[in-house]
Amino acid sequence: MTTIPLFHVLILSSLLFVIGFIGVVARKNTLFILMSLEVMLNAVGVAFIGAGSVWQQADGQVMFILILTLAAAEVAAGLALLIRMQKRYHSLDIDLLNRMKG
Amino acid sequence: MLLASVMLYPLLSFLFLVSFAKKLSWPTVATISVASIGLSALASGLLVWQLSASDNQLLTVTLWHWFDLNSHSGSSAVNIGFYLDGLSGVMISVVTGVGFLIHLFAAIYMKADKNFARFMAYMNLFIFAMLILVLADNLVLLYLGWEGVGLCSFLLIGFWYQEKSNVLAARKAFIVTRVGDTSMAIALFLLFSTFGTLDIELLSSVLPVINGADTDAVLDDKLYWIALLLLGGAVGKSAQLPLQTWLPDAMAGPTPVSALIHAATMVTAGVYLIARLHHVFLLTPEVMHYIAWLGAITLLLAGVAALAQNDIKRVLAYSTMSQIGYMMLALGAGAWSAGAFHLMTHAFFKALLFLTAGSIIYALHHQQNLFKMGGLLQKAPFESALFIIGLICLMALPGSSGFFSKEAIIAQLWSSDTAGPMLWWCAILGALLTSLYSCRLFFLGFLGRARFSAPIQAEKHILLRAALVALAILSLLGGLIPLELSLVFPNSVVLASKNEPSWLHTVAILTPFIGILAAWLYFKPYRLASSDNKQVLGMHNGKLAQFCQQGLGFDSVYNTFIVQPYMWLAKRNKNDIFDQIMMLNTWYVGLWHDAIIMVQNGSLRWYLAAFGIAILLLTGVILL
Repeated sequence: MTTIPLFHVLILSSLLFVIGFIGVVARKNTLFILMSLEVMLNAVGVAFIGAGSVWQQADGQVMFILILTLAAAEVAAGLALLIRMQKRYHSLDIDLLNRMKG
Repeated sequence: MLLASVMLYPLLSFLFLVSFAKKLSWPTVATISVASIGLSALASGLLVWQLSASDNQLLTVTLWHWFDLNSHSGSSAVNIGFYLDGLSGVMISVVTGVGFLIHLFAAIYMKADKNFARFMAYMNLFIFAMLILVLADNLVLLYLGWEGVGLCSFLLIGFWYQEKSNVLAARKAFIVTRVGDTSMAIALFLLFSTFGTLDIELLSSVLPVINGADTDAVLDDKLYWIALLLLGGAVGKSAQLPLQTWLPDAMAGPTPVSALIHAATMVTAGVYLIARLHHVFLLTPEVMHYIAWLGAITLLLAGVAALAQNDIKRVLAYSTMSQIGYMMLALGAGAWSAGAFHLMTHAFFKALLFLTAGSIIYALHHQQNLFKMGGLLQKAPFESALFIIGLICLMALPGSSGFFSKEAIIAQLWSSDTAGPMLWWCAILGALLTSLYSCRLFFLGFLGRARFSAPIQAEKHILLRAALVALAILSLLGGLIPLELSLVFPNSVVLASKNEPSWLHTVAILTPFIGILAAWLYFKPYRLASSDNKQVLGMHNGKLAQFCQQGLGFDSVYNTFIVQPYMWLAKRNKNDIFDQIMMLNTWYVGLWHDAIIMVQNGSLRWYLAAFGIAILLLTGVILL
């Protein structure tokens, strides 16, 4: 079994992270922002798994499970907020939430 | 300690009323404010009694050390300390005694005003400031009271601040007296730099010594300027020529305020200042000469102006000016105790006149125009009787308090070194004018037929009337109060009755009667005026009368030569360069404000992008 070099894993995870970040910044729909956030979290997860397998240690997988739990909690809270937003503004456009304007 | 408590009561009452003004009902406010002054009056009565029992006729108390004044010749302590001698004894009795009666009157008179608590609080503060002024043992503390009195007069004259004319009058009073205050402040600086102390007792012990030593031309010159500048301060507060223009306008305030300003506080401050620092003035006979002439001219001009007024309160205002002129004349002639005596009796009858005028104005539904009064002798006999008593004292008819004090002044003028026969004749002429305008006021207001249609609604509250009656009794019998001031003014001008003609006293006593007789004949139309207004007003439209009515043109002179050029300059200089430099700062701050506000656009996605870029930059910085 050939091992995948760590460098490749990191390239993949960075790409995923950047794609996720661009999604968060560029998307207007809050639902898609949440999904992009998931992509970013998973990019981090991929980096952990890769590092764990290279150094043959379980810590990477433990961290991934933690991230997974976090992501689940985050999605729960995020979706709840989404429902509130839909009820209040009848839309999921993130730019409607601009009351902090100075 | 009793000495300090005199002013503690009004201060406490003021603080309480100011803190809880909105929550208190009329009885509470009235009780607290009047009782505090009543307690002060009791305390000062007790103090005066103690004073007469003490050996050296002097009571002092030092509460605490305030600060040090440093000069090249050393430092001198300024204490919060009070000093009571015969002169300040008279003053505190007048301030608290007459002040108490005025408060009592005001509590009932102003009952319906919705800012009653604020009014009484200011009145209490006024009394407090005046007591500080009168009892201070050094000139710095005296100056504190001096400014406090000015502030309170501003607050009270502008009490009904919703009307623009009242506000303007208050502002005028403040600014005009400020001119005098500035001159007094300069005098204090000069005094301190010359003698190294501002303690009144120390000063008075230093000054005669200097006089005894070899006369120093430089010191003489300095003393001359000090005395002149002090006189400037006194002139501003006491509404003498040329700073008298604020007093008639000060009638914009409620009537009890006018009574307080004219009788117990404020205008007597200047007279007190000169009497207090008589040591300085004794060394500068030229300035005393100026004071005498200033007083005489003021008393004549104010008398003439009073002859042409339509407003009952303005007549009284000009009459105050002219009576203060008498006091100044007495001080200038070196008749210190006569001046202080006249101050006291004037406080009694002027308070009576103002308060009675106030209740008449109230009874006539806020009608102040004399030409719309008339016939009050039948319609309001109680007020009329009191007003007659006040006028009798003002005219100094024999037996009244005004007679004793005014005769005391006039008697000392002829043979005084700094006054002389000329000023004596001025004083006599002033007495004649006084009886003329008093009679004119009386004829217009009280004789003839009523020229108003609305029914009279006199305030018949028992306490209000008690206050008036008490003042009337004081006015009638105040002349019998013995004033022992020989220890305060030890070196009063010795009255050598050198070649005094024997007819002096007869003339002085007869003058008011001549005035009354002349008025009886000359003002016949006023006396018999019926409801037909034209006949009365007919003799009142001359150019001269109008000129007198407007205060002999002082207002317009000041307006053209001082106020308008100043306003013009101010307008011209609106965009001056220093302002622009300051404005550069605001422009710069505004620029950054605009830049930063653009960042705060409220859009979450922008924040997030900025967040990401910042992290990228930070990581870059750390890695590289």
